[in-house]
Amino acid sequence: MPNGVTHHPALAHHFDNLEQQNEAATLGMWVFLVTEVLFFGGLFAAYTIYRNWYPAAFADASHHLDVMYGAINTVVLIGSSLTIALAVRAAQTGDRRTLMLFLVLTMALGAVFLGIKSVEYYQKWEEHHIPGPSFQYEPAEYFRHAQVFLSLYFVMTGLHAVHMIIGLGIMTWMLVWAWNGTITKEYASPIEISGLYWHFVDIVWIFLFPLLYLIGRHGPTVH
Amino acid sequence: MSAHHIVPVRTYVIIFGLLMLGTYLTVQAAFLDLGAFNTPIALAIAIAKATVVVLYFMHVKYSPKLTWIVVIGSVFWLAVLLIMTFGDYATRAWRTFG
Repeated sequence: MPNGVTHHPALAHHFDNLEQQNEAATLGMWVFLVTEVLFFGGLFAAYTIYRNWYPAAFADASHHLDVMYGAINTVVLIGSSLTIALAVRAAQTGDRRTLMLFLVLTMALGAVFLGIKSVEYYQKWEEHHIPGPSFQYEPAEYFRHAQVFLSLYFVMTGLHAVHMIIGLGIMTWMLVWAWNGTITKEYASPIEISGLYWHFVDIVWIFLFPLLYLIGRHGPTVH
Repeated sequence: MSAHHIVPVRTYVIIFGLLMLGTYLTVQAAFLDLGAFNTPIALAIAIAKATVVVLYFMHVKYSPKLTWIVVIGSVFWLAVLLIMTFGDYATRAWRTFG
């Protein structure tokens, strides 16, 4: 680039133009998401193996999760995927006010999700359904294997919730950048890749909901 | 060619509707006795939902080939992880401590 030619302030010197920079950022985020798929994939593998070993205990323990909470949270999270998709669109069209509105809505829905999750965790605490020394479970024949299910439940939903909390942090950061004018029509990629992360977290929940809450819901549990 | 493909709001709303429908079907199907098919159906709906999220909400449908390769790569490596692990557990006498 000849001296004196101005370029966009967000363009890093090692990129030819913003389009190339945007493609690199998107690709980088996707590569990170591949590692995330495998991170959660290991837990899904453990879940599948234990469920195959102890199908009756898993179905029985799954009945202790509240389908209504799980379903509402699914709707809330998919709703937040819609709002972040609309936030990305607003960033791409350079509509700063709409962008900020949808970022706030996304964060609000994320907070509702975490709120419902904490109510569920609290109920599990009260029911002595948290694996460990004070764990109680009826029928007694599932005492050990129900703990396997609930351990997986807490690790998988807990890791997911940690991702949600990080997502809220990222959205706060993006809200500041939207507010102070860093995000423009030409430089929307921070919002785009934050959106990719948020949607990924939604996808994890799309699998967690049926696999944790909806096992053996039809008819009595097979003992 | 512009850096961004701007997706119409309508498309996003339709995708949201499809995801809601998928959620409803998952819950309904779980309460039906479908024998051995309960879990495969739940997984099929979840995979369908994840696919529309990836294609539309995550814009992969409008992304360069390289993005497609990485996305397909994630499925490939996940398949390696699952198939190798399950293959191992299915073919050894692990369950002696069950």
